Amino acid sequence: MNTLPSYSNAQILEILHSVKTIAMVGASATWNRPSYFAMKYLREKGYRVIPVNKPRAGGEILGERVYAALADIPEPFDMVDIFRSSEDALPIVEEAIPLIADKGIRVIWMQLGVINFEAARAAEAAGLTVVMDRCPKIEFGRLHSELSWGGFNSRVISARRRRVSL
Amino acid sequence: MGRKPEDRYGFETRMIHAGSQPEPVTGARQTPIYQTTAYAFHDADHAASLFNLQTFGFIYSRLTNPTVAVLEERIASLEGARGATCCASGHAAQVLAFFVFMEPGDEFIASDKLYGGSITQFGKTFKKFDWRVHFVDMDEPEAVRRALTPKTKAIFAESLANPGGVVSDIEALAAIAREAGIPLIIDNTLATPYLCQPIDWGADIIIHSTTKFLSGNGTSMGGAVIDSGLFDWGQNDKFGGLTQPEPAYHGLTFYETFGDMAFTTHAHAVGLRDLGPAMAPQNAFYTLLGIETLSLRMDRHCQNAEIVARFLDDHEAVAWVSFAGLPSSPYHALAKKYLSGPGSVFSFGIKGGFEAGVRLVESCELFSHLANLGDARSLILHPASTTHRQLTEEQRIAAGAGPEVIRLSIGLETADDLLADLDQALARSQSPETPAAR
Repeated sequence: MNTLPSYSNAQILEILHSVKTIAMVGASATWNRPSYFAMKYLREKGYRVIPVNKPRAGGEILGERVYAALADIPEPFDMVDIFRSSEDALPIVEEAIPLIADKGIRVIWMQLGVINFEAARAAEAAGLTVVMDRCPKIEFGRLHSELSWGGFNSRVISARRRRVSL
Repeated sequence: MGRKPEDRYGFETRMIHAGSQPEPVTGARQTPIYQTTAYAFHDADHAASLFNLQTFGFIYSRLTNPTVAVLEERIASLEGARGATCCASGHAAQVLAFFVFMEPGDEFIASDKLYGGSITQFGKTFKKFDWRVHFVDMDEPEAVRRALTPKTKAIFAESLANPGGVVSDIEALAAIAREAGIPLIIDNTLATPYLCQPIDWGADIIIHSTTKFLSGNGTSMGGAVIDSGLFDWGQNDKFGGLTQPEPAYHGLTFYETFGDMAFTTHAHAVGLRDLGPAMAPQNAFYTLLGIETLSLRMDRHCQNAEIVARFLDDHEAVAWVSFAGLPSSPYHALAKKYLSGPGSVFSFGIKGGFEAGVRLVESCELFSHLANLGDARSLILHPASTTHRQLTEEQRIAAGAGPEVIRLSIGLETADDLLADLDQALARSQSPETPAAR
C-alpha cells in the first residue's frame, strides 16, 4: 500500500537547517514559473541553488550556471530538488544514487505534486532521506511564520519565543 | 467537536494560540497591533520579489497586515481550512469571494432564506458586475440541481440562516456542487466554527461576518473568506480567473503557481489590492480577543437561547417560534446533524402583526433595539421594518421576515432577566393603548 508519508515539523526543520546546497532539477528561467519562484526564495534564505535543465545547459538562471545533468555539477550538493513530473522522478533518483559519495548527496526532495513511490524506495534503499509531495519554499515559510503572513494555516502552534539571529 | 487528524491541538487551544506565537523580536505575548500602512523593503530585489509574489512578506496594509494575518490564520485553523482572507465586513467578504472566480455573465445559486442584506447585495448590487443570482428554496436540495446552468459557478447558503432558525443540508448541497464541478460556499457566521464545521461536510469556501460572534462584543466590523484548499479549480474550464494567466500579474497563473493556496493568494493579491476593503488592524485585534473566549460564550449563548425559546413557545402573545433547538422545529434533525448547538439567533411571530412587532421592540428595557447580532448583549429587531425593508413582501416572507416576525440575538445576561423583560414587553405589545415606557 502506497500512502503518502507524513513528516514531523522537526524532521523537515532538520533537513532545512542542515542542507546548504540544492541541485534543482527542472529549474526554469521564466520569471513566473513555480520553480523560478522557489529558486529565488531559497536563494534569499541563504541556500545555494544550482539549476539542472538540459535545454538550458550552459546558460544562467539568477546568476547560477545551468547544468544538463546532476553528474555535470562540478561541486558537492546536499539535496536534489525534483521539479519535474512524477514519472521523471525515478530516472533522476537513479542518476543521483551513483553520485552520493562523490557529491555528498543526503536528501531527495520531490516537489508538491511529484509523487513516485518507486523512486522514494530506491532513494531510501541507497541511504538517502526522502521528502515527497512538498515544496521546500512553502515548508521553510510555514516553519518560520512567513506562510502565516499570507493568511495561511501553518498548523504550527507554539508559546515559545522563536530566536531571531542578527 | 471532532478533531481532524492533522490538528494536534483541540479547538479551544487553537482559539487562543493559532496564528499567534510570541512576537520574536520583542517577545510580546499578546498580538501587537501593527498600526502601519507600509513595510520597508530590504532592497530593490526584495521589493521585486514581493511585488511578483515570489516571496512571503508585507508591502502595504491594503493587501496584508501582520495583525490581520494572525486573525486570518486563527480563523483558518478553527475552520480546518488552508487559508483565510480578512476584510472590512461580511459584505466585503462576499464580494471578495465571488471576485476570485466570477466573470461578467456568470451565475450562482443562493438560498432564498439568506440574511436580507445578502439578498439585496446579490440580487441588486451584484447585477452591476453582471453577476447573476438565482434564489432557490434549498429546503429541497433537488431544486438546486434543477437551477444549475452551464454558467453556474457556485452554490451559496448559510449553515444557520438569519433570521429564520433555518439549517441548510450542507452535505446534500455539497454533493450537488461536486457533481456540477463548482464550489459550495457556506456563510458560517451565525453558527461559528465552534458549532458547525462546514468543510467536514464538503463545503469549499466559508464566509464570516466576524462582526458577530467571533468578535462578540459589538465593537468591530470585519469579514473573512476562508478557503478549504480542497477544491480543484482546474477540473473544468469554468474558473479561468485562477487557471488562466492573470493579466493583473503579468500573466501569472495562480492555480499552477500556488496550488491549494491559489484562492487565498488571489483574494489578497488581486481582490484586496484592487477592490480595497482592507480590515483595520485594530479591528483584527479586538476580534482576536473575542475569539479567545468563543467556545465559552457560544455555550452560554446557546443555553440562554434555549431558555428564552422555550419561554416564548409557551407564551400566549407568541404565534410561533422558529428555533432549531426546539424539537418542534422542522430543522431540528438538520440542526442535530450539523450543529453542536442551536445558536442564539432566532425568530418568532408575534400575535398582532406589524404594529405589535413595532410596539414590542419599542417596549424592551434590557434587549437593545438595533441591527446587529452575535453580541454579548441581547438584541431585538423587527426585520420587516428594518434589515429586510428593502425586500419585496414576497421576498420577506421567503426569507422568514414577514410582518409579524421578531428576530432575537440572545446574549450572555442572566436568563431570568431576559425572560422578565420579554414578558413585560410582550404584554405591552398586545395592548395598543398602553404607551411604551420612556
